[in-house]
Amino acid sequence: MSTVILLTLTGLGLAALYFLVASGLSLVFGLADVLNFAHGLFLGVGAYATWWASGNLPGAGPDGLGFVLAVAFGLAAGVLVAVLVELVLIRPLYSRTIEQVLVTVGLSLAGVALLQATWGADPRPFPRPAWTREVTSVFGANVPNAGLLLIVAAAVVLAALLAFLRWTRYGLIIRAGVENREMVTALGIDVRKAFTLVFAIGGAAAALAGALGGVYFGNVSPGQGGSLLIFAFIVVVIGGMGSVVGSAYAAVAVGLLQQFVNYYGPSGLGDVCVVALLAVVLLLRPQGFAGKVATA
Amino acid sequence: MEPILTVADLSVRIAGLHILQGVSFTVAPTGVTVLLGRNGVGKTTTLRAVVGLTPRNGEARGSVRMDGHDLLDRPTHRLVRAGLGYVPEDRCVFAGLTVAENLRLAERRGTTPAYDRVYSLFPELDRRGRQRAGSLSGGQQQMLSIGRVLLNDNRLLLVDEPTKGLAPKVVTEVAEVLERVAESVPVLLVEQNLAVVRRLAAAAVVLAAGRVAWTGAADVLLREAELTRSLLGVGSGDGGQHGAPTAAGVRKDES
Amino acid sequence: MTEVKSPEVPAPPATVPAELTPGHRRWHGLRPYLPLVALALALAVPYSTLTLPGIFEGPLNSPGTLQLLAVCLVFGGLAAGYDLLFGRTGLLSFGHALYFAAGVYGTDILITRAGLPLWQAALLTITGGTILAALLGAIALRTVGIAFAMVTLAFAQVGAILVARDFGGLTGGEEGLPLDVSGLPAGLVGVANTVNLYWLALAYLAVVVLVVHRVSGSPTGRVLAGLRDDERRIGVLGLDPYRFKLVAFTLAGGLAAAAGVVYCLIVGGASPHITSSELTLSLLVMVVLGGPGTRWGPVLGGILYMYLDHRLTAFGSSDAVNSLPAFLSHPLSQPLFVLGTVFILAVYFFPGGLASLKSRLTPLLTALRRPPALH
Repeated sequence: MSTVILLTLTGLGLAALYFLVASGLSLVFGLADVLNFAHGLFLGVGAYATWWASGNLPGAGPDGLGFVLAVAFGLAAGVLVAVLVELVLIRPLYSRTIEQVLVTVGLSLAGVALLQATWGADPRPFPRPAWTREVTSVFGANVPNAGLLLIVAAAVVLAALLAFLRWTRYGLIIRAGVENREMVTALGIDVRKAFTLVFAIGGAAAALAGALGGVYFGNVSPGQGGSLLIFAFIVVVIGGMGSVVGSAYAAVAVGLLQQFVNYYGPSGLGDVCVVALLAVVLLLRPQGFAGKVATA
Repeated sequence: MEPILTVADLSVRIAGLHILQGVSFTVAPTGVTVLLGRNGVGKTTTLRAVVGLTPRNGEARGSVRMDGHDLLDRPTHRLVRAGLGYVPEDRCVFAGLTVAENLRLAERRGTTPAYDRVYSLFPELDRRGRQRAGSLSGGQQQMLSIGRVLLNDNRLLLVDEPTKGLAPKVVTEVAEVLERVAESVPVLLVEQNLAVVRRLAAAAVVLAAGRVAWTGAADVLLREAELTRSLLGVGSGDGGQHGAPTAAGVRKDES
Repeated sequence: MTEVKSPEVPAPPATVPAELTPGHRRWHGLRPYLPLVALALALAVPYSTLTLPGIFEGPLNSPGTLQLLAVCLVFGGLAAGYDLLFGRTGLLSFGHALYFAAGVYGTDILITRAGLPLWQAALLTITGGTILAALLGAIALRTVGIAFAMVTLAFAQVGAILVARDFGGLTGGEEGLPLDVSGLPAGLVGVANTVNLYWLALAYLAVVVLVVHRVSGSPTGRVLAGLRDDERRIGVLGLDPYRFKLVAFTLAGGLAAAAGVVYCLIVGGASPHITSSELTLSLLVMVVLGGPGTRWGPVLGGILYMYLDHRLTAFGSSDAVNSLPAFLSHPLSQPLFVLGTVFILAVYFFPGGLASLKSRLTPLLTALRRPPALH
């Protein structure tokens, strides 16, 4: 029984990581039609900025408030990079979808290489508060605190995103824009401001995933974003592009499936099952669990 | 009277196809000007070009002037804020948003939204504020689509086939609303239903194959059954004309 | 959104108004023979002891240079095959690495683990790779546009996982699987015989170019081009877009598997990095840099990319770069940083790739030549 609880909670931890990456991807794709291969770069930037800040930023450190400050710095860096990418590289190619994908592809190659050039290809030990290395007993299962931290963070982000989308003016514009971007402009709204905003939100969520992923894995390396990104893409497609709630459900489904099958079956089978799930979902329901048609 | 909108030599190419070839016409500063023509002659393309929604793989040339300003090549949201209201074909309400949210989206900073005007025209929108727009009937969606544009003051309204696919009773309701709206704002209307055209339109512009085939007073056009038939194909068994009464029906109305 | 369009390539005849000038006619008359000239050069390389300092490390016919050139040629062919999807049919696949990797690992496993002779292994691998492409394409092509890109990406990811997790101990996992050369024909083994691998790579490239050329000139090729430009028009003609796309996908997959066979022999084994999505992204970069939908653009792009990828590593550790300040020398020592940046710039400023350079330069050349042409 305790194994099942442990697997459930670690699966949810993985799901939390996927959700943090996928929610931003989903909004960016849903609103702006940009398939953002550079999203993994935002994650890397967040992770490295947090890592750098805890060693170099005055007041920041690996513990307590210092750690919070380091993560905040990581988030700020993620947002800054995301906004710059949108303004400088994506916006001039507005509605030329394929070119936008190509640019983000180039950016993901060049950006990861830049991280590697600056901090080396080898994983660096990540500064983390002492309590995240410990475990908490949940119904007899010893669950790593870092995983619980991820789950809590993802839940908070989910709630904040939903509140933002429901209660604010820009949330309204984003929801409407995911449905029909052209009609939003036809009501006199400059929808491109909302593009920048969803990039900023996506950058922040991905950077948070980078920082907390660093805590979870205990180290940070340039390629980390790339491998997470593929599963985040799968989560986005299964969940329905543009749907935050869909991303949350899909992340949980993918995380749990992966964790359980990888434990009870041969290692790696869980990952294969996730792709099989994607194929099934796409064949049965091309628009995903929720949200707009994935092919549109 | 100075026209509110002057379209001169407007040509639109989309994906290499010439949809409009040198279209010129004017819209009077009062009343309804109707844009007529068979399916596929470029009526919707004309409205979309005016409001800056020519697709990315297309290109609009010529001149479209409102109040002496050229509208082409300006972003849609600026045109709309400058007083160009656009009610698209097929309603295009945001199905996942509530009625109230659909209206709230049209609010603009710095101006007071005219909810009283909208709710006096469409009391139903007030009652159904919390309902999702996707669950409204076609007629109600059309009311919402017109209502959210009327939340702000407009210099000119572009309305694309507002009665398409609606039941006859609802068609009459929509026509009544447009009649009241047109008392204060000039309207450029695309409409296939000749009964509605007869009721609303003062001037008519007929398009054929991407060019202007006829312009003049709407009642002149409708009085001449032969002219109507040759320009619009009404009565010649054109199955694409939804809800359009036959030319005979129009003539009977007149007698 | 539903249509994937390659950047437009200006049609040469329309953009060469100056071909009537004498200087241009001479150049124009030579043009059809350029591929033959290139082929002659490629054939001459192994007999040349020429040293090109800075460009290649040893003389041209040294094994190191020949191996690098062979890899470049294989990737030229691989990119041309990928362009059959991207540039000629408008299919944005992010999973092409899978069929290449299937070729490499298939050959390696059949020879090293099963002990088959080379020709059987190659035949089985290419057949298997083609069938794999047909099966997965049949599923993936039920989606279009971005969803298609995602599905192909996910399928390729399964390949990467299978290889990395080393199911059944076949692939060697992270370590890779060195090729067991004991059963291979003697002419393909050993440093002294690198030249034969070079011939093999050149032959592969020639076959791919021929196949792509024949296909794009055929009625099927015109349908594929129609699909790229506007899928609905093909549907209106009563043709089934799905079938034609599947043909292109299967053919490209088979060509990629064949590239894998050759590559496996050249580098003497398989390593897991060829299964990564990064390889597909590189293919995309090669095609876009070269010029999608053109005959020689993707080939040139593939050759140039692999060359730069190898040489930039050496360039990055050269004295010239090391003497630069750290903020410049570190990024420049990363080939992917340089290539990624060049790629982004190319998307902005050279949407037609290398193949469009000539037509872009033509107005400039004409302007420069005009005064003498008037005499």
